[in-house]
Amino acid sequence: MSAHPSRPASDAPVLSVRDLRIEFPLGIVVDGSSFDIARGQTMGLVGESGSGKSMTSLAIMGLLPKEATTTGSARFHGDELLHRSDASMRRTRGDQIAMIFQDPLSSLNPYYTVGFQIAEAYRAHKGGTKAAAMRKAAEAMDRVRIPDAAGRVGHYPHQFSGGMRQRVMIAMALVCEPDLIIGDEPTTALDVTVQAQILDLLAEVQEMTQAAMLFITHDLAVVSQISDHVTVMRFGQTVEQGTAEQIFSNPGNDYTKALLAATPRLDDVVDLPEPILTKGGR
Amino acid sequence: MSDIATPLLAANDLSKEFRTGRREKFTAVEGVSFDVHRRQTLGIVGESGSGKSTTARMIARLIDPTSGSVEFQGEEITQRSGSSLRDFRSGVQVVFQDPYSSLNPRHTVEEVVSAPLRYQKRTATGGYRNMVKAAMERVGLNPDHSTRYPRQFSGGQAQRIGIARALIVEPKLVICDEAVSALDVSVQAQVLELLVDLQRERDISYIFIAHDLAVVRQIAHKVAVMQKGRIVEQGPRDEIFDAPQHEYTKTLLSAVPSIDPRWDAGRCS
Repeated sequence: MSAHPSRPASDAPVLSVRDLRIEFPLGIVVDGSSFDIARGQTMGLVGESGSGKSMTSLAIMGLLPKEATTTGSARFHGDELLHRSDASMRRTRGDQIAMIFQDPLSSLNPYYTVGFQIAEAYRAHKGGTKAAAMRKAAEAMDRVRIPDAAGRVGHYPHQFSGGMRQRVMIAMALVCEPDLIIGDEPTTALDVTVQAQILDLLAEVQEMTQAAMLFITHDLAVVSQISDHVTVMRFGQTVEQGTAEQIFSNPGNDYTKALLAATPRLDDVVDLPEPILTKGGR
Repeated sequence: MSDIATPLLAANDLSKEFRTGRREKFTAVEGVSFDVHRRQTLGIVGESGSGKSTTARMIARLIDPTSGSVEFQGEEITQRSGSSLRDFRSGVQVVFQDPYSSLNPRHTVEEVVSAPLRYQKRTATGGYRNMVKAAMERVGLNPDHSTRYPRQFSGGQAQRIGIARALIVEPKLVICDEAVSALDVSVQAQVLELLVDLQRERDISYIFIAHDLAVVRQIAHKVAVMQKGRIVEQGPRDEIFDAPQHEYTKTLLSAVPSIDPRWDAGRCS
């Protein structure tokens, strides 16, 4: 479906993370993470709970809680993102760097129409009139294939299904035409049929905008479909990194192998005990 | 009489309506029938809103069906109450999705695991402690941790506590409602293996409710696919997975993410 195996990663990376280390008073949660993402490329960040994958993305977006100490660097088009002021980070976040989270319902405000919320995101960064921003919102909703986008800008979040709500979130992420999209488990809460559609949509959007994408998930199958490069994390450490092809067809690390083996597969046929179908059993 | 045994559990034409307004009703489950034999696992799959959890709750008698019946060991249980309902419940236990919210956080593991015994008013010489310890040991928990609280365990361990609680009354049927969905894959694989081992050992039957088709393939002998409150297709595992007949089953199967086949040549295990 979605992947694009051999697009050249020509120019300088959009995002470059070096020796990122995040420490909380209770311990280190990310210990030396490094990776680059080029234009039009997707880095899949995969790991189980507690691996530090979400902390990595929060650090990049400047959303870590105050008690976290961060060292190393995360450069976006060469500019350092770490240790910036909240005000300066707010200018970048939502504009050149967009985020899509797992749960669209808790990321949207139930009191405002979706069109208003997308338009606000646009006006916060690009200015202009409310009417112009609303037109941008409708365009963005149309781009993520929400049927009758112009009519649905006036609807509230609860009037959308889960999949449509996630499309609204993607429309909001896209409205300022970001160079980097960070998705933190963006398809995890969705039904499989909807998940498949959203993965296709993300790939299509990326093809169109050539944005770099950091895709965080626990699901190796999803990662294999959407990523050009993959970073496998465990307990804050990067255990393996490589192209999707290397990681999935020739994993080098034992933990990566164990994760692949544990991922349930449709074509796996496991031996089960024989049911007792006749009287007297056995 | 035939040689084929009466199924351990049979659901006949189960329906459930919920009132959503003064004159409005919502049919969550409609005309659902299936059976489960001893030492057999029925997987029920479907997306959100398909009615799979409502079905599970009717089977466990946590809610009453609007119509239809459930037979357990050949006896109708939908009308039971009091001590005969209690008898049924000693044969049927439920393991839920979220181990933390389904375990009382203010009870120690010993209290949690022994709760079904107390509900059953069973007596045990020397108290429940030895039974709790044996159950904990069987599911791979350290029996010395029986005085700890659920929050002191990881997600996978907490789910093992839920399984120990289900096992303690030696049930014939365990209903697993998304019992492994919240677990990390490596933990999920271990819990699935435990469930199959217990089935082999104790002839337990499972009704295994899940949205994840790949997981269902690992554990179910037969599968029922639900959509919008109805079973659209049911049959033996390999028929459903390898030769699905219904359009919805085909759609569902093709949507399951798999390791991209381009990379999947060197499969490891």
